[in-house]
Amino acid sequence: MSGHVFHPGHHELHGVTVVLDTAGALWVGRFDSITPKGVLLHDAGCYQDGVSEGTREDYLRKTLKFGVRATQKNALIPEGEVRGIRQLVEAVG
Amino acid sequence: MPYPESLVAPMRAEMVQMGAAELRTVAEVDAAIGSSAGTTLVFVNSVCGCAAGNARPAMKMALGHGVLPDRTVTVFAGQDLDAVARARSYFGEYQPSSPSIALLREGEVVHFVHRHQIEGRSPQAIAADLTKAFDTHCRDSVRA
Repeated sequence: MSGHVFHPGHHELHGVTVVLDTAGALWVGRFDSITPKGVLLHDAGCYQDGVSEGTREDYLRKTLKFGVRATQKNALIPEGEVRGIRQLVEAVG
Repeated sequence: MPYPESLVAPMRAEMVQMGAAELRTVAEVDAAIGSSAGTTLVFVNSVCGCAAGNARPAMKMALGHGVLPDRTVTVFAGQDLDAVARARSYFGEYQPSSPSIALLREGEVVHFVHRHQIEGRSPQAIAADLTKAFDTHCRDSVRA
């Protein structure tokens, strides 16, 4: 059982907690797939520029320590809006 | 929706065999974690092969360390919903994820390993983090 991989045939980030950068927001959630409607994340939280408290860096640091404060069970972010995808653990310097 | 019990049974058994007490009801969680004396390691089990498949062997390695928590317990995310929700109620500001691992001392979380800190890491690396936490928080713990 140990070491068994459950997700053969999926995107390499499937099941990984990622950060999606967009022009006005930062999304953090568990990557599922890239669908025709956008990048699908599960249990996702969002930092919105000019709306959320603190900075993007603050948000990522807090999320790294305390986990993703999920506000959406499933979030679809249009692929064209995504500037970059990185693993959460690699997102904080 | 919970997975078939036949699928998760080996994952439950893996934890029990390494010495973790399985908590399947709210009452069992309160009895085990609600007692704030000493240190308690809580493993939130998961069917996710890519993360839990490394976390369980990491737990086994860590539990072979010379310094250990007073008790080790486990709940199963997605399966024993009420028990998991109750266990997470003891985690304070730490958000739900599975698998995850919480070390509590006198009822307070002193170390937490989230799913995102398990993904893609070897069992050895995860176990090293845990044993470091045991050395820091469990060495002088009052055994219940």
